[in-house]
Amino acid sequence: MSATALDTSNGTPARRDIQRRIIMTLGPILAALIIAGCILLAVGVNPLTYYGFVLERGLLSPLGVQQTLTRMAPLLFLAAGLIVAFRAGMWNLGGDGQFLLGAVTAAASGPLLVQVLPAWLALFCAFLLATAIAMLWSLVPALLRAYQGVNEIITTLMMTFLGTSLANVLVKLVFLDPSTTVPQTRTLPVEDRLPRLFDTTITSGLLLGLAAILIVHFVMTRTAFGLKLQIVGANPRAAVHAGLGVPKLTIAVFAISAGLAGLAGAVDIIGVQGNVRADWNPAYAMAVIPVVFLARMNGIAAIGFVFMLSVLSIGGESAARRLGVPHHFTLVLVSIVLIMLALAEYIDHRYNQSRKA
Amino acid sequence: MCCPSSLISCSDAGRIMTNVSISPAATPDIVVLDRVTKRFPGIVANDSVDLAIRPGEVHVLLGENGAGKSTLIGMLSGLQQPDEGRILVDGTPTPITSPRHALSLGIGTVFQHMMLVPTLTVAENLLLGGSWWQRPKTEELEARVTEISRTLGITINLHARISELSLGEQQQVEILRALVRNSRLLILDESTSMLTPKGIDELGALMRRLVEQGLAIVFITHKLKEAAAFGDRISVLKLGRKVGEIPPERFRALGEDEIISEIVELMFGKRKDDPEAEEKAPRVLPASAAPLLEVRDIEVPATANTPGLSAISFDIRPGELLGIAGIDGNGQKQLAEALAGQLPTSGGTIALEGKRLDGLSVGERRESGLRYLTDDRLGEGTVGSFPVSINFFLKQVGAAPFWRSGIEQRAEIDKRAGELVREYDVRTPSLKTPVGRLSGGNIQKVLLARELAEGAKAVIFNKPTYGLDLANTLATRQRIREIAARGLAVLLISTDLEELLSMCDRIAVISSGRLVGTVENTGDARTRVGRLMIGLAA
Repeated sequence: MSATALDTSNGTPARRDIQRRIIMTLGPILAALIIAGCILLAVGVNPLTYYGFVLERGLLSPLGVQQTLTRMAPLLFLAAGLIVAFRAGMWNLGGDGQFLLGAVTAAASGPLLVQVLPAWLALFCAFLLATAIAMLWSLVPALLRAYQGVNEIITTLMMTFLGTSLANVLVKLVFLDPSTTVPQTRTLPVEDRLPRLFDTTITSGLLLGLAAILIVHFVMTRTAFGLKLQIVGANPRAAVHAGLGVPKLTIAVFAISAGLAGLAGAVDIIGVQGNVRADWNPAYAMAVIPVVFLARMNGIAAIGFVFMLSVLSIGGESAARRLGVPHHFTLVLVSIVLIMLALAEYIDHRYNQSRKA
Repeated sequence: MCCPSSLISCSDAGRIMTNVSISPAATPDIVVLDRVTKRFPGIVANDSVDLAIRPGEVHVLLGENGAGKSTLIGMLSGLQQPDEGRILVDGTPTPITSPRHALSLGIGTVFQHMMLVPTLTVAENLLLGGSWWQRPKTEELEARVTEISRTLGITINLHARISELSLGEQQQVEILRALVRNSRLLILDESTSMLTPKGIDELGALMRRLVEQGLAIVFITHKLKEAAAFGDRISVLKLGRKVGEIPPERFRALGEDEIISEIVELMFGKRKDDPEAEEKAPRVLPASAAPLLEVRDIEVPATANTPGLSAISFDIRPGELLGIAGIDGNGQKQLAEALAGQLPTSGGTIALEGKRLDGLSVGERRESGLRYLTDDRLGEGTVGSFPVSINFFLKQVGAAPFWRSGIEQRAEIDKRAGELVREYDVRTPSLKTPVGRLSGGNIQKVLLARELAEGAKAVIFNKPTYGLDLANTLATRQRIREIAARGLAVLLISTDLEELLSMCDRIAVISSGRLVGTVENTGDARTRVGRLMIGLAA
């Protein structure tokens, strides 16, 4: 049956395949833009004005594109962490808690360390500390999943509530900067932060983020360790049958995923923010989850989608100030895109099935 | 097929045909399966099965696990659709599209696992599934239940909670539910598996009263005694095919023991036209050879759903084929997994070439030369979405030369995978094809290649030909004979007695997690193993 199906298909399957992939990606995005446009119309905003504004502020203005690229740095780290976890079939939804704890650790240790160590070493140590704390934080859901089979979706989500609160408590009570009236940690001096690229405002954290996601992509696709994780993710029983140490791999996955989320927090603080204000929670990890799915957990594709998310969120924040559309609308847009893509996939699958039958 | 003129006359002719040809009695068949075939990926679950179900009869479907009973029931109750053949209801070809549709046709099913809501009362459970816009007709229900239970001689308290009832009572509720909905055909799927002996007798009596009222009952079981005690007609399924039927006339003529021996003959016996049947060439093994694989007193505690193992001991000499026979689910899988290291043991020793393996991990045992070929090819043997090439090395991830310093060497992998594909004749469009797209036989070849390639000393096969077509079955058996001829120790676990008789040097029988006897595979081995399997002394 399969042989005849192959014979009757077009002579240039590769080209048709690429064509189909492009239609399958762009079609749903276009549909999502139209649906989101209808929502905008309903709240009394001209969608064209909104989209134009988002594009202009997020992509086309020099300042906007610099902000967009800067925003990509933490998002790339988060995406890298999620790719590791999702490919191994572990749904780490606690990225925001891990991110904030990493950020607070970096904000607390950075300004102290630069006083005693050379700047580069101080920043390196701050990164390490942030990673270690986030890893420790992930140990609870990791152990529960590895040895008790407790669903990590629930535990990581719950841990994120605790994590954001803990981060807040730490900012307000332990690491509070006594010299300002605003509740925030001590600020890392601008000259000690990660250098900016060339003469722009783009942080060099962007390069670190790109490196992180490329390394993750390589590890997951080309190494024995990555393959083991993928086996665990694709068929846990086959992993046991093949003699893989599933519990240890589980803990490793959580540590890497959370560590990268912690790094994302650190890179945002040490590269851009300089301090953590009380009640600060950008909820990047939640926004990155759909993006990782859009990229089908492919590291290279994720870079493109993270860029898109960055444009939308920077542009969306400007539009929120100017047009009065809440900046959460960015997430609405991304979610509609995701739902449209899933629908397209479903329809495509049904179509293929009916054609086979 | 039977007549070209028109649809109506076709179904009429069909009705007449079935009445005349199959059933000389006056009662027409309620449901007829006409050469029904159902395939699942890699497995033919039902292969051209014919079945006629008549009112006033308990029709027993007998067969081991995997014989295709559940699939047959799935098709009758509307859960699955046949790939080939047709189902006739009252003589008319009728696709049964859903369980609701089956109920409306008068086919009620009591599944093996209770399908009642434990927190609701009996009455509430019986009323489930009514129209959502109507008030439940409680009074009407009570009247019907009183009437039905009076004629059947059972008492059911409609206001008791399901969770308070015993399993036997729950089953009565399920039967009642089917009757309240005017079922003419009642299917009981492994209904005795959770009942006490007394409950089983009661169920038998209830079935008798039901058929006396003109119902048709299909009773599924793998227990021979129940089949003989409760049935009017027995159909025996084996590996998806219907291998025989004992009609009521013959049933009445025979005593219980004769019926059982006839069933054993059907289930495990040899058919003359069986292309698989081939005589095992007698082999001479050097009697003095030291055992290659020594297993002593393996113990595994039982769990809620799986049998444990107790005091399993055996030796296999180089080149020897030891078979494990037994009804499925008596600890075969646990034995294989305990030996391979997947299942922790609570006692006993395993030694290969004198080297102790117990306490070693799955990977270390494999490294030592003990290989395990699982029966669950897609569930645990392979990762269906991964390419064929990677699946060859699933148990060697990270090992040289396919990985160096942890980095995948794609050229090495593809080269060796190409060799294995040729050597083991794996029919795959390419090395990159996801293994899940291959047929069962070709997936099995991938597994064979993986387990038998370099370094194997002792190999455990768990149901190696389960679900394979004839050509692949024969090819797999040939492979197994070859490796035994090469001097490896082979443990062949199978529920197919024919297979064991045609291949093994000795056959041990497993029952409830222990080996109840071992038989040299000579002349009368068939009867001796058969007797051990049904719990008699060899």
